[in-house]
Amino acid sequence: MSALLSAVTPLLALDPMLEGDIGFTQVLVVLLKVLVAFGGLLVTVIIFIWFERKVIADMQNRLGPNRAGPFGLLQTVADGLKLILKEDLLPERADKPVFKLAPFLMLIPAFLTFAIVPIAGNFNDGNDGVVTILGQETFMQVADPQIGILLFLAMSSVAIYGVVLAGWSSGSKYPLLGSVRASSQMISYEAALGLSIGSVLLIAGSLSTNAIVAGQAGWQWNLWMTGLVPFVIFLIAGTAELNRPPFDLVEAEQELVGGFHTEYSAFRFAMFFIAEFLNTVTMSAIIVTLFFGGPSGPDFGITGWVSDYVLPFVWFFLKVLVFLFMFVAFRATLPRLRYDQLMDLGWKLLIPLALGWFLVLTVVRVAADEELAAVEVLGVGVLAFLGLLVGGGLLLLSIRASAAKRAAAAAEDAADESEGVR
Amino acid sequence: MRVEMFTFLVTATIVLAGSLGVVLLRNPVHNALSLIGTLFGVAVLFIAQEAYFLAAIQVIVYAGAIVVLFLFVIMLLGVDKSESLRREPILGQRPAAIVAGVAILGLTLTALLSSAARVTGEQSVLAPLDPAVPDINRLGRVLFTEYIFAFEVTAVLLTIAVVGAVVLIRRAGDPIDLGEFPDGTMGDVLAARAAERNPTIDDAADEEAGLDETADDAAATDDAAATDDAAGGER
Repeated sequence: MSALLSAVTPLLALDPMLEGDIGFTQVLVVLLKVLVAFGGLLVTVIIFIWFERKVIADMQNRLGPNRAGPFGLLQTVADGLKLILKEDLLPERADKPVFKLAPFLMLIPAFLTFAIVPIAGNFNDGNDGVVTILGQETFMQVADPQIGILLFLAMSSVAIYGVVLAGWSSGSKYPLLGSVRASSQMISYEAALGLSIGSVLLIAGSLSTNAIVAGQAGWQWNLWMTGLVPFVIFLIAGTAELNRPPFDLVEAEQELVGGFHTEYSAFRFAMFFIAEFLNTVTMSAIIVTLFFGGPSGPDFGITGWVSDYVLPFVWFFLKVLVFLFMFVAFRATLPRLRYDQLMDLGWKLLIPLALGWFLVLTVVRVAADEELAAVEVLGVGVLAFLGLLVGGGLLLLSIRASAAKRAAAAAEDAADESEGVR
Repeated sequence: MRVEMFTFLVTATIVLAGSLGVVLLRNPVHNALSLIGTLFGVAVLFIAQEAYFLAAIQVIVYAGAIVVLFLFVIMLLGVDKSESLRREPILGQRPAAIVAGVAILGLTLTALLSSAARVTGEQSVLAPLDPAVPDINRLGRVLFTEYIFAFEVTAVLLTIAVVGAVVLIRRAGDPIDLGEFPDGTMGDVLAARAAERNPTIDDAADEEAGLDETADDAAATDDAAATDDAAGGER
């Protein structure tokens, strides 16, 4: 190691980033974490694609991929090789630079979001997941920025560009329709997504993902600390954000041929495909981080490197697996929503509910901060919940009333028209 | 210092190239993309100044929401062709733009050159005031105590904008067509359409069977688009 260090040091001096207190080991630790996290992510995606096809095949009474490798495990690799070797078509009416840029705009945010997910580290010993690698104290996540979970929101809003630009630059009708649907869907559901994250932040008191996980150690999972509702909203909005069934109107084959990536072929298509599955894995990891305590879990009294790296990672992986299976089950069992149903669900149910629940949690939090007795806090919470019910009822009533009014106006118009004809 | 300088040079190049692209490129979508480049560059500059929260908001709000809406409008209106620069949509627009541009440049230059270190009247900072407290906590505290009035007024302003937008898009006498997404299953819809196409068969069948007229009327009132005396045909 020291020989390597002395050999590399003169080279490092040329790098402007390595001046001051940033040393070689820090860079090595970061590189190591990046390699492990993203390498692991890619392998997980390859296995997840096989997993999804196999599980759906089981649910539909088929065999699924079973030719390449044991149990068809290498099917994804075979598909990838096939796609690399295919001809890369560029449509004549395409906007060429944007057409080439779009797949990267999908793929890169999908990778970057995973950087803030803690994948291991001991959260039981009061050390908040600090591990020591090469003498450096660090967290088992690629980065722990101050803004933490906001990075996830930022990246998911950047990912919209991939879809929108892919559809527009193809110079064809169906992809354009698909991308217009995508942008409105993703913007609509991002609001509900952000508001349900707000509830988690209220409990955690920090944006940092490491602090969010550390706050959930010892079974204080945000799932029940926030009262289940934010989790349900996040799961639904997250599925819509991923454009996965039952919210896959973006690529509804029956209506839009193939959706926004109709014109893409070969490796560019593969990039969209990989990005979609990457996003699914990352979304599962984010759900686990926000609501299910991330890598924390019982350690059975084991200490040392097993409780630092192995056990937390096993817990993390098992939790993520549950959600991966859930997304696959959604796809296998639920029919696609109609477009107006999709918008109604997002705007008239999820956003008001997320906002209302956030207010209820705020009331409880304020009551707790005032150091009232537990019974009083509970009473205040129940009162706030009743207020939420009344507000929701009023909202529903107003929506119904205006719909009835519009229907009456439409009927009157139709009557006028038919009389005019006669 | 070299790290900051290096970051600044790279980012400043991106920001300038992006803003030049916004002005010089002919295709509206390319303009929007250049704008995103500029916004990202500015976000990186914010991070270089350790204003993490500002950088995140820059990306989420400007790059993530506003420019997406630009693109959305450009696509829906179909103005994705290169526009001719000869035509002047608003009379006197070009001289006014030149005057405004020169004025802004003059103001900026005056501010920069007249006071070397105190552009905004405040000492500039290159690091967080207290590294232990994340800047979002600091911002939140200031927003909800010292500047609460300005904050609330801004909130009211935004609400007014939303209500105004809703009022403006709903023209009177042009109600939303509820028939676009009718109630019931696809079978009901198809049956209704078939009945609409040849009402005579239905009427004749009804009369032959001697159906009660009142039952027909009761069923017709459920149908939002039903006309009063063509009720038999509507179904």
